[in-house]
Amino acid sequence: MSTTVVLSAQGLVKRFGGIVATSQVNLDLHQGARHALIGPNGAGKTTLINLLTGVLEPSEGRILLDDQDITHLAPHQRVRRGMVRTFQINQLFDSLTPLETLALTVSQHQGLGARWWQALGHNMQVTDRCQQLLEQFHLAEVMGQPTHQLAYGKRRLLEIAIALACEPRVLLLDEPVAGVPAGEREELLQTVANLPQEVSVLLIEHDMDLVFSFARRVTVLVNGAVLTEGDPDVIAADPQVKAVYLGDGGPGESDEQVALGIGAVQ
Amino acid sequence: MSQAFKSLERARRWRVWEFVFWPLALASPWLLSGHALIINEIAIVALFAVSLDLVLGYAGIVSLGHAAFFGMGAYSAALFAKLVMPDPLVGMIFAILVSTLLGAVCSLTIMRGTDLTRLMVTLGVALILMELANKLDWLTGGADGLQGVIMGPLLGRFEFDLYGQTAAWYSLTVLLLFFLLSRRLVHSPFGATLTALRDNRLRSVAIGIPVTSRLVVIYTVAAGVAGAAGALLAQTTSFASIDVFELHRSADLMLLLVIGGTGWLYGGVTGAVVFKLMQDWIAAITPQYWTFWIGLFLVVLVLVGRDRLLRPWTWLQRGRP
Repeated sequence: MSTTVVLSAQGLVKRFGGIVATSQVNLDLHQGARHALIGPNGAGKTTLINLLTGVLEPSEGRILLDDQDITHLAPHQRVRRGMVRTFQINQLFDSLTPLETLALTVSQHQGLGARWWQALGHNMQVTDRCQQLLEQFHLAEVMGQPTHQLAYGKRRLLEIAIALACEPRVLLLDEPVAGVPAGEREELLQTVANLPQEVSVLLIEHDMDLVFSFARRVTVLVNGAVLTEGDPDVIAADPQVKAVYLGDGGPGESDEQVALGIGAVQ
Repeated sequence: MSQAFKSLERARRWRVWEFVFWPLALASPWLLSGHALIINEIAIVALFAVSLDLVLGYAGIVSLGHAAFFGMGAYSAALFAKLVMPDPLVGMIFAILVSTLLGAVCSLTIMRGTDLTRLMVTLGVALILMELANKLDWLTGGADGLQGVIMGPLLGRFEFDLYGQTAAWYSLTVLLLFFLLSRRLVHSPFGATLTALRDNRLRSVAIGIPVTSRLVVIYTVAAGVAGAAGALLAQTTSFASIDVFELHRSADLMLLLVIGGTGWLYGGVTGAVVFKLMQDWIAAITPQYWTFWIGLFLVVLVLVGRDRLLRPWTWLQRGRP
């Protein structure tokens, strides 16, 4: 792994009234990283993502992208600088087709988004990139259907394709396989595994299979604070982490407990 | 050439019926020479509806005060003719500039809050302007309306005649020009980003679309188009009254856009034709109660759905579960 830090969170704190949702979080994402962020429900993973992407403003601390302070930058400006996210719950443009969705995203990224006098897809560079993405994400055969008609697995693929259409250097994947039926899962796992090497990825995930097959670095978040960070096998063997998952685990976390066991064996 | 390129090109291609529709529309003042006055009215309302569709149908901003820009265009054009010069085209450009400017200022009022607050704010702006037109009677003629507007001939040659033929051609031409402009706009990357932020604002931000600037631009452009429609009304009737700012004008407009279909430029045009013809036809049969029938039609349309209403043969089939 290269040692260049692309994204860095330093002493991030977020309070909602008296509740501390994020507490002194330090996190470094390296160039080309495959970094997973795990933690039980309510650990503050989504809050952290919202802080990084600018949906929420931190109470304390700062965020650096390529050594530049972006703590107070608007969300769309962070996207322009190369930090892009996907959503745990699909956020798509239902009345548009996958092709139109990608075409507008690529146009926006190439700085053509404000052009009202040219047709969408007038530019060959845009359509070529769309074609490439549609094929890469197995969406070519449904490119002309309205998005609201697509099967869930396809919608999930489009969710990630949109993010890649922004040509991210830093990609935040928020539970990419959440809710994907078994039959459509493999396609999705493959595309996640085939993400461009130079892109630095932060993966927020409940699915421990995916975490331990994908990540080369794991951060464990508990009660808004970093419990520990390390290589996957170290994390899987960590008694503290096991205690968090096995000890405080509610009924909803049985899958993770089982999966973590498997991860530890690997 | 990639499949994606061809598919996008196909989606924005002109359809055959469009090449039939527009020549017919432009020929209508001559083909139906006895009905030029209502054709003029339809063209004006259609242009006004295209303007609202840009804001409501494409960008998803609800407005109950779109008459503010229509009225501003009407008064600007009428005052320009009365005080500066009677040439309609110069007056039209002036009216568009003034209402565009008003739109740019008002766009700041629609950035915050929910649909409900937007309905109230837009309604409020129209009410303020109506009261101003009422109170500034030394300029606007107050409640009596602005009298004594005399329009010059179009292009220095074509006088506005009593039968409204010149007026109808003028309005249809302006409608076509703005329709072409709007068609360009909605099929562009800019138009697609508008639809995107209507569908999902959260994701629009997450792909880098600057939401505020997009909304400012489209609201301002739509205000200019509405102003052009208002100017057409004032110029072709040589009159402007405070009724141009009334709530019923904004409400009727939203109604006819719903009838024709939002997020589709021909929705405004279709809605204008259907609404105006129905109004004319029902009012001829029962002058006092025409709104009853319009209301009934609207309730049926919304409950049954436009698609089903246009396909009577599906009425007796069972809907899919």
